[in-house]
Amino acid sequence: MANVGIVIVSHSEKVAEGAADMVRQMVGDAVPLAFTGGNSDGGLGTDVGQIMEAIDRAWSEAGVAVLVDLGGAETNTEMAIEMIDEARQNRIAICNAPIVEGAVIAATEASGGSPLDIVKQTAEELSPQ
Amino acid sequence: MDSALKKALIEDCANMIIAHAEELTSLDQAIGDGDHGVNMKRGFESILADADSLAARPLPDMMKAIGTQLVMKVGGASGPLYGTLFLTLAKEISDQPTAENLKAAFAAAFEAVKARGKSEVGQKTMLDVFAPVLAAWDNRSDLASHLSETARLAAEATVSMKAIRGRASFLGDRSIGHMDPGARSSSLLIATIAKHFGA
Repeated sequence: MANVGIVIVSHSEKVAEGAADMVRQMVGDAVPLAFTGGNSDGGLGTDVGQIMEAIDRAWSEAGVAVLVDLGGAETNTEMAIEMIDEARQNRIAICNAPIVEGAVIAATEASGGSPLDIVKQTAEELSPQ
Repeated sequence: MDSALKKALIEDCANMIIAHAEELTSLDQAIGDGDHGVNMKRGFESILADADSLAARPLPDMMKAIGTQLVMKVGGASGPLYGTLFLTLAKEISDQPTAENLKAAFAAAFEAVKARGKSEVGQKTMLDVFAPVLAAWDNRSDLASHLSETARLAAEATVSMKAIRGRASFLGDRSIGHMDPGARSSSLLIATIAKHFGA
């Protein structure tokens, strides 16, 4: 079984790319990884179509864990998941965790072959209680 | 619904948002991330460009296409929120809607937006316009102007509210004293639609 994929969704493409670089440094190519940031005009923001594409790029039969930054990133990611075919929807999980730390810890967990629920839980243990 | 009326509704709503883009942006700069005007403008410009083909569709299909465009083009938090509003209206509305059908569709859309934003009334959002409009929706003969005025006053009433959801909530008490940009754009759209029904 393939490892869980990781998707990073930030308002800023630079933040998303930087977080992805940190994930790569930690786990190399052991997990499928994709990032997206910015709106369709190239400004700060998030874009449902780009989020759907990022989920496709990081797709794994084991599922995909998505790390998001502020409000609209989460809302747009939820919207993107609803627009993806139903067979895959329940294998996509948004992690309620800080985007950089969450992505690195989720990827580390995923690289060991953990299932999606454990990857999500491990990332969310970073959240303030 | 007559395609000329549908086209007029699309054009007037889009032009209203485009004309108020700077105002919406400055409201959002005060308490949010300053992208509401430019995001909404981008979405409604794309809808305006498609006005003819959108207006040629049956009303539910038209609403669905508008909702999808808003989701794909607006971005920010308002894209999925307004997108959800129109996508839910599309599911509930009939091609020749009665006043009752419109109200029921709007009530369903209100619930869907509430769920999408994980928000409640009283948190300084567009819900604070939608809820009073729904509550004021009765059988009076001047319903359109009544709803338009209700929406305007409701948007103004968000000035004194404290934001609990969205980026504005980071400001806490400092969000008090500014109108919520989503409430403002909602009231502009409601007023524009009401005008076509006698307001």
